Amino acid sequence: MKDQLHFLARHAVAGKLSRRDFMAKAAALGFTAAAAGTLLTTEARAAGPQKGGTIKIGAQGGSTTDSLDPALVTNQVGQLVTRMWGEPLVELSDDGGLEGKVAESYEASADAKTWTFKLRSGITFSNGKSVTAEDVVETMDRHSGEDTKSGALGIMRGIKNVRADGDSVVFELDSPNADLPYLLADYHLIIQPGGGKDDPAAAIGTGPYVMKAVDMGVRFVAEKNPNYWGDLGNAETLELIVINDNTARVAALQSGQVDMIDRVPPRTAKLVGRAPTIDLRTTSGPGHYVFIMHCNTAPFDNNDVRMALKYGINRQEMVDKVLNGFGSVGNDTPINASYPLFTQLEQREYDPDKAMHHLKKSGHDGEILLRTSDNSFPGAPDASALFQQSCASAGINLNVKREPNDGYWSEVWNNKPFCTSYWGGRPVQDQMFTTAYLSSADWNDTRFNNEQFDQMLVAARGELDQGKRKQMYADMSTILRDEGGLICPMFNDFIDATTDRIDGWVEGVAGYALMNSYAPMRMWVKA
Amino acid sequence: MPQILKLLAQRIALGLILLFLVSALIFAGTVILPGDVAQSILGQSATPEALANLRKDLGLNEPALQRYFNWLGGAITGDLGTSLTSGADITESIGKRLSNTLFLAFWAAVVAVPLAIFLGLLAVRFKDRWPDKAISAVTLASISIPEFLIGYVLMYLIAVKMRWFPSVAMINDSMTLGEKLSSIALPVAVLTLVVLAHMMRMTRAAILNVMQSAYIETAELKGLNGFQVIYRHAFPNAIAPIVNVVMLNLAYLVVGVVVIEVVFVYPGMGQYLVDHVSKRDVPVVQACGLIFAAVYIGLNMIADLVAILSNPRLRHPK
Repeated sequence: MKDQLHFLARHAVAGKLSRRDFMAKAAALGFTAAAAGTLLTTEARAAGPQKGGTIKIGAQGGSTTDSLDPALVTNQVGQLVTRMWGEPLVELSDDGGLEGKVAESYEASADAKTWTFKLRSGITFSNGKSVTAEDVVETMDRHSGEDTKSGALGIMRGIKNVRADGDSVVFELDSPNADLPYLLADYHLIIQPGGGKDDPAAAIGTGPYVMKAVDMGVRFVAEKNPNYWGDLGNAETLELIVINDNTARVAALQSGQVDMIDRVPPRTAKLVGRAPTIDLRTTSGPGHYVFIMHCNTAPFDNNDVRMALKYGINRQEMVDKVLNGFGSVGNDTPINASYPLFTQLEQREYDPDKAMHHLKKSGHDGEILLRTSDNSFPGAPDASALFQQSCASAGINLNVKREPNDGYWSEVWNNKPFCTSYWGGRPVQDQMFTTAYLSSADWNDTRFNNEQFDQMLVAARGELDQGKRKQMYADMSTILRDEGGLICPMFNDFIDATTDRIDGWVEGVAGYALMNSYAPMRMWVKA
Repeated sequence: MPQILKLLAQRIALGLILLFLVSALIFAGTVILPGDVAQSILGQSATPEALANLRKDLGLNEPALQRYFNWLGGAITGDLGTSLTSGADITESIGKRLSNTLFLAFWAAVVAVPLAIFLGLLAVRFKDRWPDKAISAVTLASISIPEFLIGYVLMYLIAVKMRWFPSVAMINDSMTLGEKLSSIALPVAVLTLVVLAHMMRMTRAAILNVMQSAYIETAELKGLNGFQVIYRHAFPNAIAPIVNVVMLNLAYLVVGVVVIEVVFVYPGMGQYLVDHVSKRDVPVVQACGLIFAAVYIGLNMIADLVAILSNPRLRHPK
């Protein structure tokens, strides 16, 4: 019986059994809660982090045309590699808060217009140079200005001035922004010596690893940085192999050639997870799949047409059939529980009668054209066909047009009035709204223009009282849900998988796939 | 003898002219691609000034004919320009990928060509009996199945279930030859299966054709056994069509293995080309196109030359 309990405890520690289930099963075996709890802790300690060894990662999304320059990172492979050798000022912590990296602490002025980041003392770049406030200032400068190619330019636009102040860096903003530290956790804003201006792709930073071999779009090898300031990084060597083909990636994991992969296809995920040596790791995040209507183009300029379509979509069916259950229903706002200041609004359900009512009220007659393509999100044509069916029951004549993958993002998305698309989400609501729903946003792909919404967005940004802010964001989500051009049927989970050769996965880490890209460093090879 | 040299020179000259024409086609093709190159590099956020600057840098303001000859001149002297996306020297980065592709093609050919010819001879020797039928059935089945499916099946059976060879055919400089060969075992097996049938069937057909001739009967009457007849009398006379098919398949091994490279994550030319096409990196696409064309024309030229040299009637035209 004791063996059985140990077995259960090991399972609980490995994350295959929740703590609550473990306690229940232990009680069934006749152990007291206290004894079982102690055992769980002992098992966890025995299985604690092991140093050394090699962890191999198979990741999707790398290309031969990539660059090591963090300003130009666009894909998952780039995010994984960048975090090995470099660090931003601050980073998302497991619970969605922030933790210091290059910066040790930060504070805002009372009006949230001036932010001071105190740098961690005594840390060095992998080339041996100490990190100074000037390096941070230069880094921020490289990502600013209209001629930069940096993906962080949108973030840097609201920053008026960055200056060094002893061992601190002071950010002065155009207008108050309570979320500035979240914005600086962006993966492009890696602190580089001299701002990386001399050699942006040198891969010299303050990260826990240093790059040993780099073959863009093919393979990366990193070794432990002996001078790293923190205790991050368990394996001695990390090897990342770019495997873009889904089947090949899964086979590499099954054959033990790699220890972890990202983006397990939802259709086969359950089959993959059935193997005894493989653990499926799902994390819910802010990423979502959308149907977007231009609010300024007929017939979508009529809110009743928009409402008819919003009531005409069966969200649960999409989660079940398109995501195979690996996700959660959306509510026609881009915000879900993965945002720190989230408020649950009343869930909108599939309701053919209401859809029909709104359609009649709008006076619109005839077909509505929806454009889609395979690469707009995985399973988009299937989702469109489901949408067509559920609309048909409500008397809406939805016509689906399949567009080619090539050129979809330049010709259809943000161009045609009704199409499928996806968003990866952002760490905070302000950033998500500013990127896509502010009337002046570059990527306002629903052509949403609501003065009240814009005003509330600016007001919420400067509001340091979290309670008030939360209410403001709830109101903004309500506006979007009831008037916006966004139909959001589902939030997709990140589905990763690891073999039983490695350990240390933490459930529910905020951020993105593979424990917000830190899984290679935080997991360890089992002894 | 001078006559044959003249014939060879003619063939080589023809090949060069063909390559020249292909280079013009490749260039024209990339010029008429929809969308401005500068626009596709800079993307949505392009400002008119940045576009103008980039167009000037890329030399896009010069007339197309002049750009073509600049490019051609560079290509002949081994300078293929620099990549638009990474700024890397194309000759250098292609060189590494090309050598990987050739490495894979070489080992696939080393296995496939002798095997195909041997199986072809075996099929002729046992014509219409069970070895012939078995060989034909297996090779025809393997050519009929899409190559990626064969790849996935072998991957599942040999890499995942039996774990004999890796499913990811990653090679790098720090590996020994043995490690590299183990790494590419699966793609080599798939490529062999794909090209085997074509070469085997042609060997069989060409030799069977010759076997109808009167001198084969003579050879048999002389008392030679089946294999000796095939090996000494039929095979030399059937070599031209066989070499033709072998060269076509070798060309396929170099230029047509994109799918296999993707499935087995092999760092060769195919993946490199696809990555750059999707980013509209025109100089790289042109360079890859030129190399592929050169390989194709070169191998076909070799096939022609072998056909001429092996055939006395072509060697000594009246």
